[in-house]
Amino acid sequence: MTKETERPEPKNPVEDFLRMDRIPHIWCSGCGIGVVVSSFTDALRKSSFDLNKLAIVSGIGCTGRVAGYIKLDSFHSTHGRPIPFATGLKLANPELKVVVFSGDGDIFGIGGNHFIHAARRNMDMVVICVNNFNYAMTGGQVAPTSPTDANLSTAPYGNFEHPFSLPYLADACGASYVARWTCLHIRRVTKSIQEALDKKGFSLIEVIAPCVTLYARRNRLGDGLNLLKYYYDNSVIQHGADTRTLDIGYQGKMIVGKFIDRERPTFLESMNTHMKKALGDKYVPYGEQP
Amino acid sequence: MKKVKADPKGVLTGAHYLDGDFAIAEGALAAGCRFFAGYPITPSTETAERFAERIPFVGGIFIQMEDEIASITALIGAAWGGRKVMTVTSGPGFSLMMENIGLACMMETPLVIANVQRGGPSTGLPTLVGQGDMMQVRWGSHGDYQIIALSPDSPQECFDLTIRAFNLSEIYRVPVFIMADECVGHMHEKVVIPPADQIEVVERKWYDGPKDKYLPYKPDKDLVPFMVKAGDGYRFHTTGLTHDERGYPVINAECQDWNVRHLSDKITKNADKIIKYEEDQIDKADVVVISYGITSRVAYRAVQLARKAGIKVGTLRLITVWPFPEKRIAELAKKVKAFVVPELNLGQIVHEVERCSAGQAPAVLVSHCGGWVHDPEDILKAIKEAAK
Ligand SMILES: Cc1ncc(C[n+]2csc(CCOP(=O)(O)OP(=O)(O)O)c2C)c(N)n1
Ligand code: SF4
Ligand SMILES: [Mg+2]
Repeated sequence: MTKETERPEPKNPVEDFLRMDRIPHIWCSGCGIGVVVSSFTDALRKSSFDLNKLAIVSGIGCTGRVAGYIKLDSFHSTHGRPIPFATGLKLANPELKVVVFSGDGDIFGIGGNHFIHAARRNMDMVVICVNNFNYAMTGGQVAPTSPTDANLSTAPYGNFEHPFSLPYLADACGASYVARWTCLHIRRVTKSIQEALDKKGFSLIEVIAPCVTLYARRNRLGDGLNLLKYYYDNSVIQHGADTRTLDIGYQGKMIVGKFIDRERPTFLESMNTHMKKALGDKYVPYGEQP
Repeated sequence: MKKVKADPKGVLTGAHYLDGDFAIAEGALAAGCRFFAGYPITPSTETAERFAERIPFVGGIFIQMEDEIASITALIGAAWGGRKVMTVTSGPGFSLMMENIGLACMMETPLVIANVQRGGPSTGLPTLVGQGDMMQVRWGSHGDYQIIALSPDSPQECFDLTIRAFNLSEIYRVPVFIMADECVGHMHEKVVIPPADQIEVVERKWYDGPKDKYLPYKPDKDLVPFMVKAGDGYRFHTTGLTHDERGYPVINAECQDWNVRHLSDKITKNADKIIKYEEDQIDKADVVVISYGITSRVAYRAVQLARKAGIKVGTLRLITVWPFPEKRIAELAKKVKAFVVPELNLGQIVHEVERCSAGQAPAVLVSHCGGWVHDPEDILKAIKEAAK
């Protein structure tokens, strides 16, 4: 009879992609962030990418902790700044594919300006934004993504501001790939991440996820599983939807899908093409594969 | 430390007539800088313009970012991508960079920032000189840390010190600052750029041990950890959080003590190798004038006049401002009657002189709020007073 301890542990396939020496993670049980991380590691498992050439950058927040758990070259930068950090990383070493994994407040609040310009430049990177409609890490304050009428700790009588529609913003700024899902669309999130990894240029994948501890509790929206399911059930898949129609109201229906998938030269391609035209043979091309 | 000859592609060998801003750009290219991210601000913009003009023929990146926060953060990313990196700015942009200067210190990232100082606070005097950021460069980001700051007094020194700044940043894995000022930045003088094989460049302290043994924050004998870059298969982690040798966050007082003391120690314990100053007629001096940047050139006029008047006056020009040459000042304090410290601010470095002198000799500030340089007569008056 084999003793309990001698039985080989069944290995979870995500373990290859996680820093197991850092588990348990800090997220609350029922938090949606972990679900998105699973989709991400699943996408890594399915993709043919050389994982040594993939880097991940996070900002600060609950979602900002993702970089710390992923076994890639991983960078935990400052609040709002993962996109410029990723810009530097990518331009310094163009053979890298760089993923930015961070929260809605990080990327669209404090870091909004960087998002706008990275999309405009079509900087080659994949931005995965976990939108939990609030600044979770600091205790559930109002965010630029908080739906009007939702209750937040710094909007204790309800939010009266109008939130950003992230896909609409990304589209207007020139992103090459834009999708939105809820985190329970597990396979679709995985597929979008795979597509974005294969895409050259700037990609945004917005994933709506419950923050059970703060946003859900404050607004009495039930436990994590309930809200996960609520978001899923209240979403309508509409690929290619006009990005002007993607506003999210408080506990309302939300349109999800792949909205944008287009070809535009990346920053580096534009630079090399333009400089060759302007300077001819005197130009020393940068970062082109031989 | 691995020293190599400069890559000739970046070296514009010859005698040139350049302003300090241009000389900084040439120094960076000669030192092997191939990544520049910046945002325009007077009086530093010419460095960015020069780099943008030159880099297509050398091979590298110039990118004008959306602001200075993005610029400094992109530098940190690019350094971890394996490049030597720099940006330039002035007061308002420098203020915006502060948070991520802390990140660079915490991640032990080599990078170079030139601050061509103008009059502050706020928008202040965009086109006119100041030296008001000398304490900000030392203390501006939150928490305890150490940086290195150099202060050039001529376009030639802008070139030379930029190369040194890159070398120091690689040796100590720390942000190094070139604290220039509007006068030096915009002054045109002869700048001699030597042949590439006469320029010594320090290579990054690359790790080449077994991949699974790599610890990004394990101090080496010289206290500086080895570095790797993204894409080489180390799958390492780095964070702005307090971290252990693995680069993993550890949120307690013990790790904080280890981490923060390390950031400080690697500079303070190597300070003798970093500190440089220039002295003149100091041995028998009754009064020593301590100055830096453009002010040292103005002070020199006052010193000449004082010597003519028979006063025994020596000079100490700070080339490295941070870490501060505390031992030397303490030594001199025992011998001299007084120090005279002219600055284009209401008193910054003078406080350091006072601290090091520890009551042994008074430090007399000759202040000036900036916008123009001192009248040498004002410095002369202070020297005469101090010599009494
Ligand atoms: C410059 C700065 N300001 C404020 C903070 C405090 N802070 C930490 S996380 C955070 C909000 C994070 O919100 P989000 O990006 O949506 O991530 P979440 O926690 O919701 O996943 C804030 C305001 C900080 N770390 N840095
Ligand atoms: S506070 Fe909210 S977002 Fe943060 S870990 Fe808990 S549930 Fe997730
Ligand atoms: Mg959030």
